[in-house]
Amino acid sequence: MPSSRNRARLLAAALAVSVSALAIGLLAGPRAEAEEEGMSIPPVADATVQAECSACHMAFPAALLPARSWRALMAGLDDHFGENAGLDPATTAKITDYLVANAADAGGHRSPVLRGLGPDDVPLRISETPWWERQHRGEVSPSAFKDPRVGSKANCVACHRDAARGFFGDD
Amino acid sequence: MRLPTILLAVTLVATAGLALAASPVRQAILDGYAKEAGVAAFSAERGKAFFEASHAGGKPETPSCTTCHGMDPRMPGRTRAGKAIEPMAVSANPKRFTDSAFVEKWFKRNCDSVLGRPCSAAEKGDLIAYLSSL
Repeated sequence: MPSSRNRARLLAAALAVSVSALAIGLLAGPRAEAEEEGMSIPPVADATVQAECSACHMAFPAALLPARSWRALMAGLDDHFGENAGLDPATTAKITDYLVANAADAGGHRSPVLRGLGPDDVPLRISETPWWERQHRGEVSPSAFKDPRVGSKANCVACHRDAARGFFGDD
Repeated sequence: MRLPTILLAVTLVATAGLALAASPVRQAILDGYAKEAGVAAFSAERGKAFFEASHAGGKPETPSCTTCHGMDPRMPGRTRAGKAIEPMAVSANPKRFTDSAFVEKWFKRNCDSVLGRPCSAAEKGDLIAYLSSL
């Protein structure tokens, strides 16, 4: 049986958690809350981006990385995580423009996807962002990503069946 | 002839026509590589050896065509990110080698990834000969 002091501490901690959750909800609004939970991330809506960026993996939503990440990534397609994914300059420019225009920080939006990311951090993998870590830590064991049916952290659809439609909520 | 028989015959002829219509494009791609390489014919056997070999000089993540395409080209492959790749064998996937821009795009990427250099016209022709022979 917890002592009454412990019980008070637990209550205070629970209250603090609820208050901060409420504060995040109130301050950042429902859009931010949904984004934090990965519930409604707009899928890629451009045909070229969709076709080219889904050849080897799902076309990851632009809103999951800041513009600086997309620029760096698109500037290095000839060595894209150990593979040449090069495209002609015109297609590369078109895709970069779309990703930058729809990035997590596009239009000055303070997406919760960027929370924990320093202004000079340039993550090249979505799975390297503090947001991705928050969402998977404690919920998915590291060995799950080595399961042959999953194979890679880039294989969102292995667990998030509706990822291609923008729903990355808990499955 | 009864109607179902006629329909069946029409379908068969149309299907055969489609298969034939796809092959001239593939043949034109092969002819282009033959001209470039200065050879009269390609070798499916050499293509198979090339497809299955572990090559040096490329990126360490992708030493062979089989890293992603698998040992049996009649079966689907899998990218390193976990996505399925349609079979490379023409018998399993008749769309293969019927779009020269697509073919060149992927040779450019994958030869660099696997070999660290462009593939020669002879290597490309041998590969297509192998993947058409299964």
